[in-house]
Amino acid sequence: MAVARKEQELVVSVSPHIRSEETVARIMWTVSLSLLPAFVMGVYYFGPRAIFVTALCIVGSLFSEWLVQKMTSRPVTISDGSAFLTGLLLGMNMPATAPFYIPLVSSFVAVAIAKQLFGGLGYNIFNPALVGRAFALITWPRAMTTWIEPSAAFVGMDAKTTATPLGLLKEEGMNRLLEVFGDRITLYTQLLIGHRAGSLGEVSVIAILLGAGFLLIKRYITWHIPVSYLATVAVLAWVFGGKEGLFTGDPLVHLLSGGLMLGAWYMATDYVTCPSVRKGQILFGIGCGFLTMLIRLKAGYPEGVMFAILLMNCLTPLIDRNLKSRVFGERKEAKK
Amino acid sequence: MALLTFRGGVHPPEHKELSNKKPIQPLTPPKLVTIPLVQHIGAPTKPVVSAGQEVKRGQLLAEPTGFVSAAVHASVSGKVLSISETVNPMGRPVPAVVIENDGRDEWIELEEDPEYLSRPPDVLKERIQRAGIVGMGGAAFPTHVKLSPPKEKPIDVVILNGAECEPYLTADHRLMVERPREIIEGLKIIMRILGVEKGYIGIENNKPDAIDRMREAAEGEPIEVVALQVKYPQGAEKMLIKAITGREVPAGGLPMDVGVVVQNVGTSYAIYEACRFGRPLIERVVTVTGRGVKEPGNFLTRVGTPIGELIEAAGGLADRAVKIVMGGPMMGFAQYSLDVPVTKGTSGVLVLSPAEYVSADSYRACIRCGRCIDACPMGLIPSMLSILSEKGFYEDTKEYNLFDCFECGTCTYVCPAKRPIVQLIRLAKMLVKR
Repeated sequence: MAVARKEQELVVSVSPHIRSEETVARIMWTVSLSLLPAFVMGVYYFGPRAIFVTALCIVGSLFSEWLVQKMTSRPVTISDGSAFLTGLLLGMNMPATAPFYIPLVSSFVAVAIAKQLFGGLGYNIFNPALVGRAFALITWPRAMTTWIEPSAAFVGMDAKTTATPLGLLKEEGMNRLLEVFGDRITLYTQLLIGHRAGSLGEVSVIAILLGAGFLLIKRYITWHIPVSYLATVAVLAWVFGGKEGLFTGDPLVHLLSGGLMLGAWYMATDYVTCPSVRKGQILFGIGCGFLTMLIRLKAGYPEGVMFAILLMNCLTPLIDRNLKSRVFGERKEAKK
Repeated sequence: MALLTFRGGVHPPEHKELSNKKPIQPLTPPKLVTIPLVQHIGAPTKPVVSAGQEVKRGQLLAEPTGFVSAAVHASVSGKVLSISETVNPMGRPVPAVVIENDGRDEWIELEEDPEYLSRPPDVLKERIQRAGIVGMGGAAFPTHVKLSPPKEKPIDVVILNGAECEPYLTADHRLMVERPREIIEGLKIIMRILGVEKGYIGIENNKPDAIDRMREAAEGEPIEVVALQVKYPQGAEKMLIKAITGREVPAGGLPMDVGVVVQNVGTSYAIYEACRFGRPLIERVVTVTGRGVKEPGNFLTRVGTPIGELIEAAGGLADRAVKIVMGGPMMGFAQYSLDVPVTKGTSGVLVLSPAEYVSADSYRACIRCGRCIDACPMGLIPSMLSILSEKGFYEDTKEYNLFDCFECGTCTYVCPAKRPIVQLIRLAKMLVKR
């Protein structure tokens, strides 16, 4: 009987019987794609060397993921785009002049140690790309803080080294920064477009915003972390950033320079390492902003985005535990 | 005006077009009906017939054994073959009466009452109880119990649920288009029983014809037909109440705590049939749909009809049917047998083709993207609940409001890691001490 035969083939499983089309792989590849404009701008300013450094990071990440998963007999997940994205972000956080071993070793630290040894995607406490970069910065401080002038890479090997805008601001002050760039408007414009020294993928604010806007429209990220992060930086820069006393700082310079935009839109919003409840995300953003400005203004490094996000990553479990979403029908008096 | 709704929810593909234009067809009762003696939530029933006995259509087969219980009646006339066991749509074995249909469809004597609306509330409520009416939206809670709120819980609003937010299903939709007056009469009976002055009918905006027909039928009555945003699970009681009245049923509470009683539109129709014509609940509209059947449609089906008969009526299984679900795709139950009988709570038989079926055999670790948190209509943190349950920390799930979850499946639908979140939550619910 046709019906009886059919019964043998029926799938029985629990509800729901339909699923959305979203997958981890689609998310990872889409986020990677959205980084394309910022990466292209990096290549435009720093030349083929930017491609070389980034490619090494990506290859190193994929290889590390494959290696650890093989060694621990777990399914290999390099096709899900997660290791690719980590490699891409790590590459974009490197100076284009980094010697070949830095991308390779730091991508291994990022993926094998910070991600896979913690249990793989979903279990890592720290943003893997930032761990890789922190490792590189501490291990090779000179190579990681030697910057070349944009477009210099096209000229040849005698690329002129220079300081980043944040470095200038920290060491020599706002007036010197204006002297180098000409005037305020030129400074802002150059920072926005990306004509400045810095990590190869962080320089072009406009390209980063383009990708971030795409992710916002796709609802892959929400405004909560980036906006609270940037707003905190802006306020603190304005209040404490000036040499002539309180409320004399220039918030725009702080917003547009360094790795802030890449960090706020792409690193702080990493699903795994940021809080997942909206209230908690706002607190997380504020914390990142506070730590970033503390380091930029008072600590030894000119830039604080990386350490700020890594430190806030530690607090993510605590934030998630204590700031929960409001449960439907929860009585007001029952709340603490 | 902005359409009313609630916070959270998802928009799965609706697929209502497969059957929403198909008029309700009466399905010829089958040769054998298998009528489960427990089709409701509550105390079991006690059979009052025995094997070999002749029964008529509408005759009492089993009587309730408590207040929270519902009578079961014969859906065809014929001979009781046996009182044996069958598998209900949830996959559990239940006692059932098997009747061989004599094809005569002879009714018991029915008490008609054209003056039903002038009867006292208690008389009407008793008719509903005698007719074995249960909630027909799926939960199958005895209706007379819902209509008997304790004195300290005054009710001021009755809502009929015509949201039908589950994808694919169109049974309530067709009933509203084809029997709007009867549904309104049923609502008036409910309002009379509860002494309520104001009635609402909530319908998702993807059923404009049902909204129009219901509005026409409600003309001149203290009844408002409300268009709701199309969003799953709009038809969940708490979400429906929030959307229409702005009231929030307290966590762990019931609609009556905020003065509301919700009934499904199909239930309202059954209430009218019982109070006006004395007919017990022995048939209902069932949507047979999905790309796994050849001709989807809506069928007026006798309780106890095996789903195989319904599938045959819908043109039979297409060559590549992979899954048969009773109910909707979000909360329904997958079946392994085509002999499972239709019950009072069966709103649909959904046959999924390979194109509609997503295998969820393997899943990954939670990437903490928060999609489930945004989508959860109850404001829970499904990701944490699933992780705690997965790791065996069942007691800790209580800190995350485990028992507020009503298992709508929204979290599991949106999860990009394809985690079986709602299953893990159910597991925790079973293992945790309340």
